[in-house]
Amino acid sequence: MARATPDASQDPFWAKAAVIGLAVSFIGLMLVLPLVAVFVQALSKGLAASLQALGDPDALAAVRLTLIAAALAVPVNTAFGLCASWAIAKHDFPGKSLLITLIDLPFSVSPVVAGLSYVLVFGLQGWFGPWLETHGIKIIFATPGIVLATVFVTFPFIARELISLMQAQGTDEEEAAVSLGASGLTIFRRVTAPNVSWGLLYGVLLCNARAMGEFGAVSVVSGHIRGVTDTMPLHVEILYNEYDFVGAFSVAALLCLLAVATLVLKTALERFQPQAESRAR
Amino acid sequence: MNAFSPVPIALETKPLSPTPIPSPVAVSLHHVEKRFGRYPALNGVSLKVEPGELLALLGPSGSGKTTLLRLIAGLDFPDTGEIRFDDRDVTSTHAGQRGVGFVFQQYALFRHMSVAKNIAFGLDVKPRRDRATRSERAARVEELLALVDLEGLGGRYPSQLSGGQRQRVALARALAVSPRILLLDEPFGALDATVRKNLRRELRRIHHATGVTTVFVTHDQEEALDLADRIAILNDGRIEQLDRPGEVLDHPASAFVAGFVGQANQIPGEVTAGVFRAPGVELPAAHTPDGPALAFVRPDQLAPATPDERALAVWLERITPRGPVLWLDCRTPDGATLEAAIPRSNDPALAADAPIQLAARGGQVFSNSPTSGG
Amino acid sequence: MSMVASKRPLLVGTGKLFRRRSAIPGLGVTLGVTLTALCLIVLIPLASVFAAATQLGLGGFVRAAFSARALHAYALSFTASLIGAAVNSVFGLLTAWALVRYDFPGRAILNALVDLPFALPTAVAGIALAGIYSTNGWIGAVLAPLGIKAAYNEVGVVIALTFVGLPFVVRTVEPVLRDLAADVEEAAASLGAGRWRTIARVILPALAPAWITGFTLAFARAVGEYGSVIFIAGNMPYRTEIAPLLITIELEQFDYGAASAIAAVMLVVAFLMLLAINAVQAWSRRSV
Repeated sequence: MARATPDASQDPFWAKAAVIGLAVSFIGLMLVLPLVAVFVQALSKGLAASLQALGDPDALAAVRLTLIAAALAVPVNTAFGLCASWAIAKHDFPGKSLLITLIDLPFSVSPVVAGLSYVLVFGLQGWFGPWLETHGIKIIFATPGIVLATVFVTFPFIARELISLMQAQGTDEEEAAVSLGASGLTIFRRVTAPNVSWGLLYGVLLCNARAMGEFGAVSVVSGHIRGVTDTMPLHVEILYNEYDFVGAFSVAALLCLLAVATLVLKTALERFQPQAESRAR
Repeated sequence: MNAFSPVPIALETKPLSPTPIPSPVAVSLHHVEKRFGRYPALNGVSLKVEPGELLALLGPSGSGKTTLLRLIAGLDFPDTGEIRFDDRDVTSTHAGQRGVGFVFQQYALFRHMSVAKNIAFGLDVKPRRDRATRSERAARVEELLALVDLEGLGGRYPSQLSGGQRQRVALARALAVSPRILLLDEPFGALDATVRKNLRRELRRIHHATGVTTVFVTHDQEEALDLADRIAILNDGRIEQLDRPGEVLDHPASAFVAGFVGQANQIPGEVTAGVFRAPGVELPAAHTPDGPALAFVRPDQLAPATPDERALAVWLERITPRGPVLWLDCRTPDGATLEAAIPRSNDPALAADAPIQLAARGGQVFSNSPTSGG
Repeated sequence: MSMVASKRPLLVGTGKLFRRRSAIPGLGVTLGVTLTALCLIVLIPLASVFAAATQLGLGGFVRAAFSARALHAYALSFTASLIGAAVNSVFGLLTAWALVRYDFPGRAILNALVDLPFALPTAVAGIALAGIYSTNGWIGAVLAPLGIKAAYNEVGVVIALTFVGLPFVVRTVEPVLRDLAADVEEAAASLGAGRWRTIARVILPALAPAWITGFTLAFARAVGEYGSVIFIAGNMPYRTEIAPLLITIELEQFDYGAASAIAAVMLVVAFLMLLAINAVQAWSRRSV
């Protein structure tokens, strides 16, 4: 990130100290303390107890399902993001800003509503429920539903990142490639993709974090069958409600490590690509 | 094509391989219209570019010159009208199939590729059956690097180059595919004055060497006058005049051209019976209808008056030597500025902050009545 | 393209129309994939919510969507989100200010931490916050003697919603604050404006659009939040039950109609928020 503005108009020391102090205590109180609390609770009965909780077959099944959901949702959203950004950033067509707004929609829809909507489409009483039932396909209260819900909540992540990046880069290089006789795929592969690879990585990183951590939407479609349709965040809830705090916080600690790793990678990406625009969302 | 060229050229001894220089192509546009939403960018433009010609599209911003260039390239498509390369209708031909080289205003170099890779791009992306061998392509890149005077810089990246060097790479990349038409959008717009001058000469040389039909867009009249065989002057999506530089200067076809080219002084007056009259000015205006008119008098058409000459009495505010001429900044009695350029050799011992009599010894007169357009 | 009378038909079929608009290929395929995915994954499922809600009939819908319990839930969701977003807009501005304008040890870490709520699963945040703020937690134990209860009540809901909305204000204000070149300030100062006047007259007005955008984004995020709240809220009907929770409760009782009715209200709010955000952003683009 950029260096602090060299303040030619030096703020008085007390103002500086007050602003920094307030900001640090706010972040410390709201963000650092909970993070620390998770690890303290997880290790309250010692590392062995914590590791044992993680070794529980149900916990392992939850880890597996979380990995599966992310492993499917991230590629789907990557493919979607690449298509959407190519269409939106490199072309002009009527209704473009409406399309961008609709792509952002999952950001402002409550995850619970998202989960409900999948139940209404694929559940037993849903639109396709009877048909799915007769064909023996189970989506709700099964892995496909969890994957779909995950795709929904992470839908805009990669597309947004790529759209803003590609729009900032303009279409000159692609047009140059066109005039030199390159085909669409060649242009994408050799000109566009290398230019947006950092942004893509950034989007994948955030998408992945959200995919692994999603709770509300997945909770609605999961059915909470231990060891079968439980993801890690859902498993945290089950253990917590059973007063198995060491277990709950141990799984939570694993998710915290994922979050911290995400932040470290994200910071590293920003360092490597300092000219990338600041990303607000 | 002119066989004489001021700089020795590697190309004359070493033919461009693997693709030979194609014979130059004529470009013609017929009644081309293009609008962006409600904004009309081109209003029925017809234009013929002769084979091997170096043509400038000159005009103020928003005049449609870049749109015209992009239509020829196939980067945009006209709403109506027709574009032909020789006899072939290319109106709906895809840019990649038109055989044009395009140099973008901001160069549009592939930022993650080395200079050599940039130049080779058009050769590398050809379908396998048309693609030259790796060594042929490498040789062609070396040749082009030599042509644009960038030997040894093939391994650099665009970010490591100066603006002028980037421009040369963009030119070499466009030439790599042996285009039959070379199009340049404000080729020197982003460069400082010295680099501009050098590159201008360079483009002239490369045009001589390749003989490729070339069209470039500029808003700088000096650049157009200096470089082009012919100039098309655009205004409001129309071509106002298409002529050789000398003709454009001496016989502007419209008030717009007269005002846009040559930094002319504008003197309002009246035409009666083929003669333009304003206080201290009388000019022949055989083709201008009677009524209010505007005379465009270039600075070099003004000179200190001899005693028996009709003259403008103005106040000489400042004298600036500019190369071979003295530049006189004057003010007329009604407060307008008037600029004159007189040869330094016959220095008539002028003094600033003094009255001076100036005679208009030439000028173009155009009707200024509100009804006559253009 | 079609409004110009054509001397010669250039466009045949819509497929051509799309190809003619741009020299860069691939619009047809990529736009097709985009629209298909958008419909299948987002629009059709969301439409099913409205479809299910309409099946209740008007009376049934009103009874389900605006029952006393639901109204309490909306009121809590909106007020708590509003307070959370307000807290964030104050501290978010301070944090952005510190990050952009001051150099201090740990600034890079502070900067990275701001995004934690984006990366941390909400359920984890929920149990962690509940642990800290409950009466025997690190902070709850300090507050309890003062007679302040910060978990399993409305305060807990606000804390959780503040957590999830924290990055928005910081990340929207930060770039504007950074672009607000020092020379603008110096110019103001050189014209004789005092420090506070400079801040009030020059800096804050320039920040306003981004600030409001950040506030709106934080609010929108908080209204729909579920995971972090349910652990710390106590979830008592008519008191600390948020709207998304009510949907899951109706679902657990297999009352899909009631769940859909509440969800439809939430969706309408989400659309309105989205429109508001777009309007604010359009306004900020114009005024920057």
